[in-house]
Amino acid sequence: MDWMQILAAGVLAIIGPITAGYALSAIGLNLQFGYAGLLNFGHVAFMLVGAYGMAMTVEFGGPLWLGIIVGLAAAVLLGLLVGIPTLRLRADYFAITSIAVAEVLRLVVRSSAAGDVTGGVFGLQGFGGAFHALNPFPATELYGIAPFVVTGRTMWVIVVGWALVILATLFIARLINSPWGRVLRAIREDEDATRSLGRNVFAYKLQSLMIGGALAGLAGMVFALNQQSIHPDAFMPQITFMLFVMVILGGAGSIWGPVIGTALFNFLFYSTDRLMAQLQANVDWVGDVLSPAEAALIKFILVGIALMLLMVFRPQGLLRSRDEGRTDAS
Amino acid sequence: MRVEPMPPELAIAHEPGVAKPDPVLKIGGMRRAFGGLRAVDIDHLEIQRNTITSIIGPNGAGKTTLFNLLTGFETPDQGNYSLDGDLLVGVPAHQVAQRGMVRTFQLTKVLPGLSVLENMLVAARVQPGASFRGAILGGWRGAERENEKQAREILERFGLTAMTDEFAGRLSGGQRKLLEMARALMVRPTVVMLDEPTAGVNPKLVQSLLEHVKGLRDSGMTVLFVEHDMDVVQSISDWVVVVAEGHVIAEGPPAVIARNPAVIEAYLGKHRGEDVA
Repeated sequence: MDWMQILAAGVLAIIGPITAGYALSAIGLNLQFGYAGLLNFGHVAFMLVGAYGMAMTVEFGGPLWLGIIVGLAAAVLLGLLVGIPTLRLRADYFAITSIAVAEVLRLVVRSSAAGDVTGGVFGLQGFGGAFHALNPFPATELYGIAPFVVTGRTMWVIVVGWALVILATLFIARLINSPWGRVLRAIREDEDATRSLGRNVFAYKLQSLMIGGALAGLAGMVFALNQQSIHPDAFMPQITFMLFVMVILGGAGSIWGPVIGTALFNFLFYSTDRLMAQLQANVDWVGDVLSPAEAALIKFILVGIALMLLMVFRPQGLLRSRDEGRTDAS
Repeated sequence: MRVEPMPPELAIAHEPGVAKPDPVLKIGGMRRAFGGLRAVDIDHLEIQRNTITSIIGPNGAGKTTLFNLLTGFETPDQGNYSLDGDLLVGVPAHQVAQRGMVRTFQLTKVLPGLSVLENMLVAARVQPGASFRGAILGGWRGAERENEKQAREILERFGLTAMTDEFAGRLSGGQRKLLEMARALMVRPTVVMLDEPTAGVNPKLVQSLLEHVKGLRDSGMTVLFVEHDMDVVQSISDWVVVVAEGHVIAEGPPAVIARNPAVIEAYLGKHRGEDVA
């Protein structure tokens, strides 16, 4: 048993590109779910169009900066397309439509018909050359103190990813602490009341869908640039639900909640993954009971248990006050 | 600065659909059906400016539907209605409020997870920071200070000062009714529509609520309210409109309405004189 290695897996997951990427996406989801009360079950679709918008632009010979703009524009446009027909309806219609849109998009992208432009099931590779060419860190050099070590290449993604996370958080804080954000929270509490007070509820919901979608699009680009490859099956619906767990864990409707929640989620997720792998390999009776593949699944069970405990003992999440989480005294 | 609402000597007929000298709301040929049920079917109705007009009628008479239609929460099958001469047909709810007609709800709708002060500020009419552009660009704090000052004044008037920073979800039922009314004033309305403001409120608070309703009229607003309690209606209405099965069946001053046989039959039942309470 190498406990340092288990700890390192968790810590590297927190500071690494994975948390930066997920946190960026979770910040967007938090704006929609935590503040506006929108049940966006298709959040992963915005990550998909962001990543593919960028990768395909580069694939067709465009520069990377143009790809980033295309990816962002695609995510905002998707928000408009999904939002306009559904956001006037009751919340459940939007929830159902969003999850359907996300799956349809993924299946279209991976279909052989779209293979010429999207790469089909194999996805796209090698579109991030321009990004990694800008890397000021020598790509193969190691940074950190053993066993907490990353390569210069990863270091570059970390710096850019976390810079985006901080910028996005400050951006959302500015919005939320303004009267605009107050209207958004009012919509979460009661749409009809907000409407009766002269606020265009539909426009606010659409705006939050587009802004949150743009942040998810950026997140998709961070993942794509980190891995230098994208494929459609990285955008499965469970990504959306893991993001929901992260947002709720940190405290939906708090400024830093999604970042804290994402970090905690990834720490638990990746350290238990390593822990179970080691238990399976080194402890005889665990090895007898579980195969390596089964041991790898235990982390999902533990995440589920952690979420249940949270719901029982701290339903408002880690960063929200108890009062705010349980507001209606009646 | 009380503007004399409808001078008693002003002789207008006490009949359904009668024209008023200075109507703020005009409704013509308004129909709304749910399946086979004609929920609202009003040929003509005018609401006199700067009065308290009560709308009474049995359960299911179409009072709340009428409110929903007027405030843009539902669209009529046909008909036209105007506020101060501006046609309101097809105008979405939030724009109706922006044009100066604001409503409350039968089941009180406070924003429980926002503080009482925030509840008030959401409704503030002039608010550059409430648009996305305004929020990004900044420069809304001056208007915010003004709005906050106004909100605190209104809260003081409604006796809610002590609750200013509490979550609205912590308020009692009566306080919620007060907050809803206070919040509506932040829109700076010309017409305030109250859907059963005294429902579920204890008798002592009812009195202070009614004083506030009178206060709205005395400061120049028109109050339209749905009420079931006949004592309340008698004590504060300037004019009463009786609705039954979607139609306006009578209107007139409260004293006259109380003696109208059609009203007594529709509203109180045919077996008047028997104590049903």
